[in-house]
Amino acid sequence: MMPVDQSIQNLTPEISIRDLNFYYGKTLALKNINLDIFKGKVTAFIGPSGCGKSTLLRTINRMYDLYPGQRAEGELLIEGSNILDKGVDTIALRAKVGMVFQKPTPFPMSIYENIAFGVRMHERLSRSRMDDRVEWALTKAALWDEVKDKLNQAGTGLSGGQQQRLCIARGVAVKPSVLLLDEPTSALDPISTMRIEELIHELKSEFTIAIVTHNMQQAARVSDFTAYMYLGELVEFGKTDDVFIKPKDKRTEDYITGRMG
Amino acid sequence: MNHLRIRRKAVNFLALSLSLAAMAFGLFWLAWILWMVIDLGVGALSMSLFTEMTPPPGSAGGLKNAIAGSLIMVGLAMAMATPVAILAGIYLAEYGQRTLLGKVTRFINDILLSAPSIVIGLFVYAVYVANVGKFSGMSGAIALALLVIPVVVRTTEDMLALVPNTLREAAYALGAPKWKVIMLVTLRSAKTGVVTGILLALARISGETAPLLFTALSNQFWSVDLSEPMANLPVTIFKFAMSPFQDWQQLAWAGVFLITLGVLLLNIVARVMFRKVEQR
Repeated sequence: MMPVDQSIQNLTPEISIRDLNFYYGKTLALKNINLDIFKGKVTAFIGPSGCGKSTLLRTINRMYDLYPGQRAEGELLIEGSNILDKGVDTIALRAKVGMVFQKPTPFPMSIYENIAFGVRMHERLSRSRMDDRVEWALTKAALWDEVKDKLNQAGTGLSGGQQQRLCIARGVAVKPSVLLLDEPTSALDPISTMRIEELIHELKSEFTIAIVTHNMQQAARVSDFTAYMYLGELVEFGKTDDVFIKPKDKRTEDYITGRMG
Repeated sequence: MNHLRIRRKAVNFLALSLSLAAMAFGLFWLAWILWMVIDLGVGALSMSLFTEMTPPPGSAGGLKNAIAGSLIMVGLAMAMATPVAILAGIYLAEYGQRTLLGKVTRFINDILLSAPSIVIGLFVYAVYVANVGKFSGMSGAIALALLVIPVVVRTTEDMLALVPNTLREAAYALGAPKWKVIMLVTLRSAKTGVVTGILLALARISGETAPLLFTALSNQFWSVDLSEPMANLPVTIFKFAMSPFQDWQQLAWAGVFLITLGVLLLNIVARVMFRKVEQR
């Protein structure tokens, strides 16, 4: 175990990962990961391509279940229960742990229906309460003003940045406690990226956020904690300032100073 | 430098000319066929086509019974085949991609897809017509349905496979169960392609003659009884066009024109419909 910072100990972990191993078939992709993701904080995962950071994210909402041959071992505790257990209700888990992907993926339906889709999976709301929920989610995602007059138009007609905010709104609408962001800005232009980063700042008061990013400046800007991963191992985890300013591990230093990766 | 530029221009010119020539060659035959159908078909058109039965040689008549029979059998075949085929396509694309059952089904479907339609006709003759003891509209509809199924299974599977996995993952990530992901997201984004496949199959069976020869046969009289032989356009065209009688040949051309026009209209309507949906 790596040494734990004193100030970290006062925080509540939302997710506790213990001795996590992940396999793609016979290939070990995550090696013995131990990590806490703290409530109300933004945790960034950085590292070169193929280091397992996206795999780790996809373990938290059991996305890997969709693909035969992928499996996880160890413990991933949310509210005290191990969500890697066989009997876990993945539908309920995904209501609690939302995810936004690299490429914006609006569904082939109206903006309104895009938001209502996920809500309907878990709640039965009256039309007016659904209207309120859609407005609330779109406001949270800083998209309401741009789309309030065209809620019945196709979600696919929005710009890339708007589409990504629609996807964030869609995830937020279900009222999860955790939001997983898998390189949410890598397909966006700098202005849209900036808006999403501002959004992450806004959202962390209500949601615990885990973000995977290739962009180290982004990690430094948006996150409270940073985890550096390399070849399936968690090399270093700590407060973002510490990781970036005085990394303890040589490999982390090499990566953030651009000598590797 | 200059000779490279000249060479590039020459190659470009050659490639462009060859492509244009190939296109012209293809379009030439298509235009000729269309022209002939219109030229000979329009002349044979009249209201009596839709109001009178197929006549004995030498007297006036129409194609009313053949048109009705074709509509009934094609409609029935589509109604029987489409739900089965779409469900099978969904199974192949979403559930059974890697399973043995999936692989075997896909292989057999591909064989069925390329089976000559006369084989299908003979098959239905052997298992249905021969057992019941008479030709019937029902057996014709079954033979046509068997032609529709592999086409729609294949296009449905292909179109679903084109839907990016990221879209499915996004729906699963919101906690949607598998059947809802398929019905509300995957199938919906593949809708245009699936419907195109259905229309393609519809267009294909509208003109099929061979499978009907052994099943529905034909009927000189008005009959909408599915257990009796049923008149239909393709077999009527076949019979009338081969005959030595001038008025029968005229009616055959009218029938050809009607089928061509019907398929053409169907395609145009589908295109306009989709454009509207996409713009919305």
